[in-house]
Amino acid sequence: MQAEMSDVMRRSRSRDGAPPLPLAGEGWGEGISTKKTPLEEQALSRIASLDAMRPPPQAGEVKQARQQLQRIEERRPLHKLMLRLSLFGALALVAAPAHAFIAYVSNEKSNTVSVIDTDSWTVTKTIKVGQRPRGIDFTRDGKFVMVAVGDDDTIQVIDAKTQSVVDSLPSGPDPELFAQDAAGKILYVANENDNTVTVIDLEKRARLGDIQVGVEPEGMTISPDGKTLINTSETTNMAHFIDTSSRQIVANVLVDARPRFAEFKHDSSEVWVSSEIGGTVSIIDPKKHEVIGKVTFEIPGLRKEAIQPVGIGMTKDDKTAFIALGPANRIAVVDVASRKVTKYLLVGQRVWHMAFTPDEKYLLTTNGVSNDVSVIDIVAQKVIKTIQVGELPWGVTIAP
Amino acid sequence: MIRWLAGLIGFGLAATSAFAAEPVLIGVGYLGVATTRSTLSLVEQPAENDGIAGARLAIEDNNTTGKFTGQRFALEERRIKEGEDVVQAATALADKNGFIIADLPADALLKVADALRDRGTLLFNAGAIDERLREADCRANVIHTAPTRAMLADALGQYLVWKKWSRWLLVVGSHDEDKLFADAIRRTATRFGAKIVQERTFEDKGGARRTDSGVTLIQRQMPVFTQQAPAYDVLVVADESEVFGGYLPYRTWDPRPVAGSAGLVPRSWDAAQDQWGAIQMQNRFVKLNSRRMTALDMQAWTAVRMIGEATSRTNSGDVKKVTDFIKGPDFSVAAFKGTRLTLRDWNLQLRQPILLVDGRMVVSVSPQEGFLHQVSELDTLGYDRPESKCKLK
Repeated sequence: MQAEMSDVMRRSRSRDGAPPLPLAGEGWGEGISTKKTPLEEQALSRIASLDAMRPPPQAGEVKQARQQLQRIEERRPLHKLMLRLSLFGALALVAAPAHAFIAYVSNEKSNTVSVIDTDSWTVTKTIKVGQRPRGIDFTRDGKFVMVAVGDDDTIQVIDAKTQSVVDSLPSGPDPELFAQDAAGKILYVANENDNTVTVIDLEKRARLGDIQVGVEPEGMTISPDGKTLINTSETTNMAHFIDTSSRQIVANVLVDARPRFAEFKHDSSEVWVSSEIGGTVSIIDPKKHEVIGKVTFEIPGLRKEAIQPVGIGMTKDDKTAFIALGPANRIAVVDVASRKVTKYLLVGQRVWHMAFTPDEKYLLTTNGVSNDVSVIDIVAQKVIKTIQVGELPWGVTIAP
Repeated sequence: MIRWLAGLIGFGLAATSAFAAEPVLIGVGYLGVATTRSTLSLVEQPAENDGIAGARLAIEDNNTTGKFTGQRFALEERRIKEGEDVVQAATALADKNGFIIADLPADALLKVADALRDRGTLLFNAGAIDERLREADCRANVIHTAPTRAMLADALGQYLVWKKWSRWLLVVGSHDEDKLFADAIRRTATRFGAKIVQERTFEDKGGARRTDSGVTLIQRQMPVFTQQAPAYDVLVVADESEVFGGYLPYRTWDPRPVAGSAGLVPRSWDAAQDQWGAIQMQNRFVKLNSRRMTALDMQAWTAVRMIGEATSRTNSGDVKKVTDFIKGPDFSVAAFKGTRLTLRDWNLQLRQPILLVDGRMVVSVSPQEGFLHQVSELDTLGYDRPESKCKLK
């Protein structure tokens, strides 16, 4: 350990001999322990005390050292991992290949949607769509993919068979995220530019009305019983609870700054809302409309501001939640019962949204800055693959 | 009705319930000067509503939230004309408003702060970038949303050093504020290891900013003024008074980039900033004000949003309660800069990333990668706690 540490510190200081950055796909499996050995502490404080006034001719050098340090931290419980792997390794790794699913990834900057085959883990097609594609979701029948193209003020519809754009929906201006009811008949769209949620009849392709909400509506989700729509507004910092039958706001719950995403537990007992700037996930009781708990994050060696929770995914058994931490480049694995982070998985850069394969064997995450998608093996809680997609991948959906 | 009236005239009224029948009224005053400064570039000439336009948008944003929290925000504007008594105007504003956004020169701001000290009014300095307002002359009732000269200079310096343009030719105007900015640039050079290879002063000999054949003359003057300089990577110009800085880009004797008051400029905000969800706010601003958003607009917007953030978090319109929350450890505000903004508790300066802009694009955002700090990387910009001379009173 000692040798490795000093080795890393030395290498990271040299201009040319710097080792490559850890790759997202390398996935060291076991999470970060918060306990530091004295040596690591020393190294950390050494990095922290590097004079801010020092000119950094080797830009990124310190960051590199820091990442190396994290790499070591993540490697430390390697023996534990080995033990674990030997226990269920046969199950997790040698099991027959799952049957293939198709994932669609919206690439915000390249105005495309990448189609990924989950058997070969390769991009099989790139579909040209409108400008600034972000929110993306399959229709309930699995026949179409809807993608919000914000700068074209519409939602485009992709035929999953021909994998091409066949139609568009009358959303309001600048649609970003949307939610559909259980029957797949009504679509609710968050329109960032005019503080409204637009209600669309999917069959008639017609706009049914608008609901006035807070400043910059973003996150959207519907309760499993279909009665309540949750919308988060980024500058108002609230989760708005909307009655889907009357289309009226019934409650507003204040959460931390810049709420981005909302997710119901499958048993309807809780709504989880991520706050990107606040750096927390608020857990709301949907009956009492009160915040009943918060998930907080701490990653050694990483400044607090870099932890910006966005996307949330919850397993069907409601036992485990996965939370994307944006520029922290990690997915937090959270034990839902205790609301504690059990592990941080290193993925690509600026991770935002995610989708499970229907068999819940894998979780796909979109990593905006590194232009790739990480594949997480749910059982092993390990990143097994990184797939290059278009520029600034934003959202992902998988055929049901 | 009584309650509404009380809310209108009294700023001390606390919200009792989030869904009270009548909303709690929160008054925000805006105090500025009536004159606008002259700029070299016609494009950069500030609009008459520079600053307050940002406050107006934030009032709208706060009121959208206020619909759900039972709070209503109102803005009252007051512009001081030449020779008018600023204290009198401020006192009149403070009668009706518990919060005042100020865009005033340093001395006027200090006068107002001291006059309102015992009234409990909370002031936001949205305009003055003077270091001394956060240092020797800091006040416990003034929060600064405007960045300081040192923050701006450090933001620029970090980028230049990152770019390895570390030999600077410093050109300074002859006015006081030019010299203050030059001081900040010198401090930055020392901190980050850049070298000022030579300094030159450009004397302001008067003359009109707009002439019909100006370009011909300038094209001859500027190369001559910058010739025979020692080897340098970038010309850094300190010309806050807008006398000559804008004339330098593309006209230097040696082909070198220009930064500082012209060329690559450090600013708290820019009309071109569209990252981190900013496009939504830029759109709202243009819709409301029919022009693009400036740094001063943003500094005023942030101040009013800070008030809105604190009133919704405390569920109160009480100035004391709101002030305590803003100054407390749990306060932060989101302002489309990719990170939460917090207050430096030792001098009430808002920590914030600084954009480096060229008039068309955002070139970079500081702090730059690799400039580390044990508390917040934003504290690598400007005077840090151990250096501060501020004792809040």
